[in-house]
Amino acid sequence: MVEPTDFGTSPDDVQFRFRDDERVDHAAVTVDSALDQTNANAVRIEPSDDARLLIPFLDRIALVEINFPAFTDGRGYSAARILREAGYEGELRAVGDVLIDQLSHMRRCGFDSFAPDKVLDEEDAKRAFATWENVYQVAADTSLTGRRTIAQKRHGAGA
Amino acid sequence: MYAYDRYDQAMVDARVAEFRDQARRRLEGKLTEDQFKPLRLMNGLYLQLHAYMLRVAIPYGTLNSRQMTMLGDIADRYDRGYGHFTTRQNIQYNWIKLEDAADILADLATVEMHAIQTSGNCIRNISSDHFAGAAHDEVTDPRPYAELLRQWSSFHPEFSYLPRKFKICVIASERDRAAMRLHDIGIRIVERDGEPGAQFFVGGGMGRTPMIAPMVRDFVPLDHLVTYAEACLRVYNRYGRRDNKYKARIKILVHELGAEEYTRQVEEEFAHLIDQGVEPPFAELERIRAYFGDPPFDDGPKTIDRSDPDFAVWVDRNTHRHKHDAYVSAVISLKPVGGIPGDATGEQMRLMARLAREFSFDEIRVMHTQNVVLPHVRICDLPKLWAQLHEAGLGAPNMDTIEDIIACPGLDYCSLANARSIPLAQRISERFDKSGKTERLGELKLKISGCINACGHHHAGHIGILGVDRKGKENYQLSLGGSEAEDVSLAKITGPGFDEDGVIEAVEKVTDLYLAQRTENERFIDTYRRLGMEPFKEALYG
Repeated sequence: MVEPTDFGTSPDDVQFRFRDDERVDHAAVTVDSALDQTNANAVRIEPSDDARLLIPFLDRIALVEINFPAFTDGRGYSAARILREAGYEGELRAVGDVLIDQLSHMRRCGFDSFAPDKVLDEEDAKRAFATWENVYQVAADTSLTGRRTIAQKRHGAGA
Repeated sequence: MYAYDRYDQAMVDARVAEFRDQARRRLEGKLTEDQFKPLRLMNGLYLQLHAYMLRVAIPYGTLNSRQMTMLGDIADRYDRGYGHFTTRQNIQYNWIKLEDAADILADLATVEMHAIQTSGNCIRNISSDHFAGAAHDEVTDPRPYAELLRQWSSFHPEFSYLPRKFKICVIASERDRAAMRLHDIGIRIVERDGEPGAQFFVGGGMGRTPMIAPMVRDFVPLDHLVTYAEACLRVYNRYGRRDNKYKARIKILVHELGAEEYTRQVEEEFAHLIDQGVEPPFAELERIRAYFGDPPFDDGPKTIDRSDPDFAVWVDRNTHRHKHDAYVSAVISLKPVGGIPGDATGEQMRLMARLAREFSFDEIRVMHTQNVVLPHVRICDLPKLWAQLHEAGLGAPNMDTIEDIIACPGLDYCSLANARSIPLAQRISERFDKSGKTERLGELKLKISGCINACGHHHAGHIGILGVDRKGKENYQLSLGGSEAEDVSLAKITGPGFDEDGVIEAVEKVTDLYLAQRTENERFIDTYRRLGMEPFKEALYG
């Protein structure tokens, strides 16, 4: 077994961060460990983990890392939205095989920091984050930031 | 039909710009082919046996003359003068150069078209009844719901890296003309106590493990349509298998969990999502619906001079009853005898566009059977329409006959294929045309796939043919008894396969048995269901 302290990204690995609060410098623990350790404030979610198990403990968690071992495995997008839908306001960090072309969707699902395995081109990333001026769907960004969907814009603020 | 507003247009334009950027990064070596592949796939660009293939979305199979003209122009400008209409009501071009792809997408964007999500493990183009908005038997036009789902599914941030591709179909009549229950999600709009709602069928599909979708909800109120779809997808995205590509479709998840347990999980997620406000405002559905109002139909003659026998047989075969009794929907067959099923030249596409303008309120539909429909044709205009179609080689009177073959591109184009499909379709249609049996056989759906992935829908054919590789030789398995319609069923294999000549003989034998055994008004499939497989096996192998 890997010890909880042996993995997780450190603040130095974070390439993009859309928060201005202080960074958590504790190593992340697994979901299983987090359920047992009442003092753990950083958790790492693997694709097969059920993010909903963390919901009772969200108050004490300041950092959730969601790992993408391969960018083609999209389970982390659901995990991210589920946590945001449950009211999680801490840092939500995408780690692993995080590439330029996934950034905008990840951002929409509630990720607010990014620690890619391979450092991304800053200019390309900047463009990628700004890909969609408007969006069709309700997601974490619309709920959290008040960003309005296309349908909401079409039908006025009260719709 | 639906028209983009500035938001829809901006989304498509943004995607063209994004794809240009991705192609640039690929050329600069910033993206590996492995990283580029899913991105080009999400823009409909496949690498096939000989060239790139570009698949263009035709949402719910509906297009206008300007769009059809552009499709014809693209065929001439960037391809070899033709395109191929697909079983997903789309069109694909088989001879595309990578460096032209972004320009083609830009051309498409000028007529409100795109190739978004026509491949990749995402929600694909949404299909529908090709007679939608015209059929006499629909509860309502299903396309506004398909359009609502199109917008919801376009660039969905959570569902762009699903375990596998995902296909949704929306219909609104008891008759199923769109293979609804062979989709990942099939939706039927129904009416209950005067209220419209949606029946959800989840977990159907063809491929190597064909399944008929079970119903998971018999009535979803329309103001929860998107929310329910989102719940269905989220359960799939979280729990669909990712360990094995061949078990990754939602049908396997539904099958392994059981429909009841899958439904329970969806209902739980649905209850949760209702509070999240993911449903677009109801006014949005109303806004979309306004685009799908009836064109200004005129009263007119309900009968026509049928003295020309060629014309009369075309009217009988290729027209469909319209909700207005002075109109019909007219099917333009892309199955000329000996032709390639679904292919049309640029010139033919431009002609179909002109005919749509002249005779069908500018509307065109693509059928999953790889034909084209002019949905609203005045009965009194049929002779003029037929004369022009006939002249252009588009007048084959063979809708739903043994000549109306669905065939995948097969080994002539496709990198996955084990065997050729197109030459087989050509030979079968020639043979039955020559023997004159086509008309006597009546409705007989023959479907050919060149590999186990079943793009040619062979599981759903009254007669299905599957090409396999047997010790380096093309071999064809025959199956009987499938249907994609409201009487949906999966075909069963007759027994050992045949070589190319042998399978054509075999088709002849089973149809001869049908002709000898049928009772009055019995279709091939009805006779098969009544008699069972045994007599057919006997005729083939006895």
